[in-house]
Amino acid sequence: MSAVTRFLAVSDFLRSYLTVGIFAGVAIALVAGILGLGSLIRPTRPQASKYVNYESGVDPVGVGWSQAEIRYYIFALLFVLFDVEAVFIFPWATRLEAYGTFGAVEMGIFIGILALGLLYAWRKGVLRWL
Amino acid sequence: MLSVELAYWQQTLLRTVGVLAAVLLPAGALVQLFLFKAVSFMQSRLGPMEAGPHGSLQLFAEVGKWIQKEDIVPDRADARLFKLAPYLVVGTVLLVYLAIPFGPDAVFADLEGGIFYALAASSVSVIGVLIAGWASANKYSLLGGLRAAGQLIAYELPLVLAVMGVVIQAGTLNLQRIVTAQADGSIFGFGAIGLPFAITQIVGFVVFLIAMQAELTQTPFDMPVAESELVTGFMTEYSGMRFLLFFIGEFAAVGALSAVAATLFLGGWYFPGLDHDANYMNVLGPIILLAKILLLSFVVFWVRFTYPRFREDQLQKFAWTVLIPISLLNIVGTMILKVAF
Repeated sequence: MSAVTRFLAVSDFLRSYLTVGIFAGVAIALVAGILGLGSLIRPTRPQASKYVNYESGVDPVGVGWSQAEIRYYIFALLFVLFDVEAVFIFPWATRLEAYGTFGAVEMGIFIGILALGLLYAWRKGVLRWL
Repeated sequence: MLSVELAYWQQTLLRTVGVLAAVLLPAGALVQLFLFKAVSFMQSRLGPMEAGPHGSLQLFAEVGKWIQKEDIVPDRADARLFKLAPYLVVGTVLLVYLAIPFGPDAVFADLEGGIFYALAASSVSVIGVLIAGWASANKYSLLGGLRAAGQLIAYELPLVLAVMGVVIQAGTLNLQRIVTAQADGSIFGFGAIGLPFAITQIVGFVVFLIAMQAELTQTPFDMPVAESELVTGFMTEYSGMRFLLFFIGEFAAVGALSAVAATLFLGGWYFPGLDHDANYMNVLGPIILLAKILLLSFVVFWVRFTYPRFREDQLQKFAWTVLIPISLLNIVGTMILKVAF
């Protein structure tokens, strides 16, 4: 069996995800096409002052990558926690009918523990702007 | 069911044309109808009137203007990343549309984990925004990019958790089957309008709409581009076609998330009284879905032009202490009702 026929014989499941790859290609072609169209039409008159960073009309002070305080890093940590929780809930949610009361109690405990975690963070005062 | 058999390359060609229409048509319609006209009427003015009858060709005039703008990449900017960012922002919108069904056979890809995929794809645009903010080497851009990242991770959670109620009710992640579950459903034995999940999942629907507004960085959640504080945030250094691409990305994303919301909560391409297996739904479906997209996007723009901007700390507090607990309670409530009945 040649590589081409083997490729064409992929299951429908994988084939539906092949569309993701094709669409990514379409997206790149679309953006490149729009930018290419612009480059055919637009003028080019380079002047040094055009390529200076914008800083309210005055010459920029220092470098652009200035220090910025990231005040919400604890939110980011909490986000990871809850996002993983969401990943666990999704497959369970599709099968709840089969699990019945057992599944409901299990997930009730799981969500309860996580809600306690959120409550702890809240009481600890990290959900404020630090 | 559709009787015509198409070769794979023919299907792919159709899908490509379809997705370009699905991205550009709602985006253009939103800008022309809502950004140019609806907002003007809300503010007691006429808006653009010169290009075409009642300014109906204004959109084309704008594109014509942008296309003639010079291409400027600041000297200090990280040029490669600077140019990469628009690809990510526009590309993710295309990839979100991939999962959305437009009719019984009019689907781009019938993904088993459809809604999961759509939510995952939509959150990739944050990376584009962060790259744009960083690569510009501009203080406003950097602050805007960081604000956007903070906001998008905070509202990603309510968005995902609000969907969970729908998944529990429909018992599937496949968007096509979520639509048919709503079409086949009934309200206490009354099945004439099916069961749009907006009725049973009203809490989830409202949380989803609020989180959507924040994910799209529309006012009252537009701190990343707050023009009175940060010029235009992460887009400050972008001009000409690259700016236009961010603009297209922004409005196409409004259309894409509205399409996700319409599919999850308003019955998607189905309209009560029609046969959801019939062949004509492949033609009617996209029109019905577009109408629902415009309806939900109108709500987005209505809110955008009505409310003032939140403060950054209020934004974070609202997500973590109001929306997330409510959506967790919504999951538990849906779960108990599902098991009890």
